[in-house]
Amino acid sequence: MLDYKLLPAGDTALVVEFGDRVDPALSTAVLALAQALDGERIEGVIETVPTFRSLMIHYEPLVISSAALAARIEERVRTFRARPAVGRVWHLPVCYGERFAIDLSDVARRTSLAAQQVIERHSAAVYHVYMLGFLPGQAYMGDVTPELALERLPTPRASIPAGSLAIAGRMSCVFPLETPCGWHVIGRCPIPLWDASLPAALLAPGDKVTFVPVSAREYDRLKTRASEGVLRVEPVSEFAGAVA
Amino acid sequence: MTPALRIMAPGLSTTVQDLGRHGFQRLGVSVGGVLDPVAFRAANKLAGNPGHTGVLEAVYYGPSFAINADDARLAFAGADAAVEILDGADAERGETIDVMRSVRVRRGQIVRVGPIRRGTTLYIAVEGGFAIEPVLGSVATDSRGRMGGWHGRPLREGDVLPLCRATASERDECLLEGLDLAAPRRIRVVLGPQNDWFAAEEIERFCTGEYTVSAGSNRMGMRLDGPALRHRDGFNIVSDAIATGSIQVPGNGQPLILLADHQTTGGYPKIATVISADLPALGRLPAGSKIAFTPVTLEQATAARRELFAALDAIDDKIVRLTPPPAAIAARLLECNLISGVCDAAA
Repeated sequence: MLDYKLLPAGDTALVVEFGDRVDPALSTAVLALAQALDGERIEGVIETVPTFRSLMIHYEPLVISSAALAARIEERVRTFRARPAVGRVWHLPVCYGERFAIDLSDVARRTSLAAQQVIERHSAAVYHVYMLGFLPGQAYMGDVTPELALERLPTPRASIPAGSLAIAGRMSCVFPLETPCGWHVIGRCPIPLWDASLPAALLAPGDKVTFVPVSAREYDRLKTRASEGVLRVEPVSEFAGAVA
Repeated sequence: MTPALRIMAPGLSTTVQDLGRHGFQRLGVSVGGVLDPVAFRAANKLAGNPGHTGVLEAVYYGPSFAINADDARLAFAGADAAVEILDGADAERGETIDVMRSVRVRRGQIVRVGPIRRGTTLYIAVEGGFAIEPVLGSVATDSRGRMGGWHGRPLREGDVLPLCRATASERDECLLEGLDLAAPRRIRVVLGPQNDWFAAEEIERFCTGEYTVSAGSNRMGMRLDGPALRHRDGFNIVSDAIATGSIQVPGNGQPLILLADHQTTGGYPKIATVISADLPALGRLPAGSKIAFTPVTLEQATAARRELFAALDAIDDKIVRLTPPPAAIAARLLECNLISGVCDAAA
């Protein structure tokens, strides 16, 4: 059985914490528990929020007590290890050109790499989507190669444009909306990651993502098609894996 | 012409709010919604609305707006304000009414709210509500996510907010009596989820210290100034989910309480969480207020939540009809043919 801790986050949320590090194995456990509990439709549970290493369960304590909820979780964690996790594989186009990559030369200097090497290393990896958070549809993807791991900017920028691809530590994010940001911006993705009218986040926790470098011209073409609503974005494949 | 409110001056930050959007935090969508659900409920009940109808939430300085409808019923609840009703844009002075009541206004009249005193938030409900399409089940304004409310942002001069009703219903105006909206000085918390990031004496400091609400507070979070809290071992945690009321302690050691518009995840240790029953009070605390934290058990928090729900239900019983002036009563009785014109009831 997996080790976990139950931690109260006030009287209407409970945290199931599997660990305190970024680790695909912990992420898989979190996502499997989320899937299992969502499937149970426990009366009094309002929503579950998976993160890197824990699952927050929002509940109505006048319907289900914290103790009763803890018992349900206990029972579930004991039996959920065989459940399969399903994910999708995405190839997302990114323009790493200087028009968008405002921090690329700075990242190259700090990592003692050529700009082209930064692009090659960033686009060579297959990223795991750990969680969505901070902004609607914003996926935290890892792990960025240690060669490119940098601390956040000491002072965040007041604003970066929607679609900005940025890195910090071992994480990579495409920011779906214009936002203040302290990460290093190295490109821009023309694919909209969030549509409130559906509601739809393109990416889900558990998905795998690879970034495909495209020219500024191709970026513009895709961006135009996206704004006209005629760009269909499909995963390249799906996979089913076993929970660790 | 579509019935509407036309914003002449937006105030400091006025947004459309309701009880927020639930069920989408896993997509990174904040819950949002009103800062003070008690005053929100009072405003809707005074307007004759279901308790969850979208309203305007004004903070510190309220809006001015014109009535572009035959007539409309408004209700004001929350912190104190001198609400002025003027007969058109050229009028110098108008009738001033108190909050915690409803009022009927007619086409061309202008409502001026102005400074909000003894608190921070004032709710303005319109009978029937605003004709605004919900996004993910809510009309709450999500400024960070740029959705919901009026174009996903606070109101601006010139905005025209469509109303569901073209006229007010025929009924007397109402007054709400005896609703205590004073913010307590002591805020109750449940320790955790990351209280183990702090040594026992730091927890003690947190629970015994006095904190001042900072002017840097907003709908996302309440910044506090007071005894700084030292972390045991750094202030960066691997990001996890945030609940409304979470008290995170960043590197400078000054706690920050996350409010309605908080982001869904964050990377600072959270020493404690304000209990759900005390969240409405947080929405009433102006900058400069002094507060202190009292740890309670989950059982105590749940009991307090039950009391809050009972207090919300009791709002209906506190609503009384505004007594019309005696002349109006006499006229009304005459209308109803209940008294004869020759009989003077006062004689």
